[in-house]
Amino acid sequence: MHTEALTGGFGDAPVDAARAFRGAMNAMARPGRIEDLAGAVPPAPLSVAAGVLVLTLCDAETPVYLAGDFDAPAVREWITFHTGAPFAGPGPEGAMFALGTWEALGPLEAYPVGTPEYPDRSTTLIVEMSELVAEGAVLRGPGIRETARLSLPEVAAFQRNASAFPLGLDFFFTCGDRVAALPRTTKVEG
Amino acid sequence: MNEYNFAYLDEQTKRMIRRAILKGLAIPGYQVPFASREMPMPYGWGTGGVQVSAATLVPEDRMKVIDQGADDTTNAVSIRKFFERTAGVETTEETGRATLIQTRHRIPEETLTEDQILVYQVPIPEPLRFLEPRETETRKMHALEEYGLMHVKLYEDISQHGAIATAYAYPVKVEGRYVMDPSPIPKFDNPKMEMAAIQLFGAGREQRIYALPPWCEVVSLDFEDHPFEPSKAEHDCDLCGAGDSYLDEVIVDDAGGRMFVCSDTDYCRGRRAAGHVGAQGVPYEEGAA
Repeated sequence: MHTEALTGGFGDAPVDAARAFRGAMNAMARPGRIEDLAGAVPPAPLSVAAGVLVLTLCDAETPVYLAGDFDAPAVREWITFHTGAPFAGPGPEGAMFALGTWEALGPLEAYPVGTPEYPDRSTTLIVEMSELVAEGAVLRGPGIRETARLSLPEVAAFQRNASAFPLGLDFFFTCGDRVAALPRTTKVEG
Repeated sequence: MNEYNFAYLDEQTKRMIRRAILKGLAIPGYQVPFASREMPMPYGWGTGGVQVSAATLVPEDRMKVIDQGADDTTNAVSIRKFFERTAGVETTEETGRATLIQTRHRIPEETLTEDQILVYQVPIPEPLRFLEPRETETRKMHALEEYGLMHVKLYEDISQHGAIATAYAYPVKVEGRYVMDPSPIPKFDNPKMEMAAIQLFGAGREQRIYALPPWCEVVSLDFEDHPFEPSKAEHDCDLCGAGDSYLDEVIVDDAGGRMFVCSDTDYCRGRRAAGHVGAQGVPYEEGAA
């Protein structure tokens, strides 16, 4: 293990995690809304926002899937040291959280979408973006008064995901210290 | 500082609750199971709401706690003190100043904003529980969207009483999918649930969390020929004269004397401070009870 893995965690975990969760909750409750997250300095290629989400939501009870370039020793060591989360694949008995770029995370069919009795048992994907702005695809649904806009990586996949409601995947999008979210309830138009 | 971790709960518990809240927001009206903890208060005193509040609070919050609309009852006072001590947050009785409101069985009269969070204490989260006691069966009924039994119950109300007699915990359908128990709020409050604030529901003993994102579609179940009617006592508040607020009936002597007063104590105080006086009211004085 490199000593870099030991740094970059929350300075004051209870308070930093509380503030970060409020940001994540506001993002998930209001799809398309962009919130700022702070408090973690994770190793590349993890953004600050993705690192904060991992520290806030992951622990030994939540298997994490690292897709593509994110499956690097520095990232594994950092997540292991700070959260104790085990690593898993994307399959049906797999990860509760998945981290990576949109290209690396696909295809979405690999992830559990929950069961009719327990639709909450589905993966939450944390998608690292090169850009995150309130432009592009039009969003409608719970949490949005009329419409919102978000620069989504594509449209068809989210339409398919929403059509399976109440089953489905939920997404966080991270870029630098910014985060937005897209739950399965949101109707997306290109 | 004090000897407690911020907001009492340990970090792993808060993470587990936070994950449940996020899934709850993603599936509005669906009851997410969570590993409810023992809290230093008995079940029925808001242990679910307290755990949701503890997982949601930040040090900058100003917290308000109401019990049936009142800020000054034992339950509200003790929960407020609990978070003053364990989270060090500021508390308030003013709805407009609060950023997080924990409530037992009421929605404040004042319209909530998007900068506020409303946390409900829920005794029985399963709206079908009194119709079907088995959890395995109610879970299947939700999965299959099989809600006929609930309509039969409301229909039996009509056949026995001539109207839907359910006055509180009136079932709602969320986003056209899940039938949800709004907790035992009066049905007068049901139309307010399509609001700007995030609504979180915590049931401690029953180990369920559910949620409504802002502006979520919440429809009270009814029939075309018996539409849903939010009801309240046909009266104005005797202290502040409000005709639009939900009222409590208070017995004031042993000779049948009674008065109707706002159940939302902060709303009533605000109106009286602004100079409104009801039929039995006296002009408001600062600091008077």
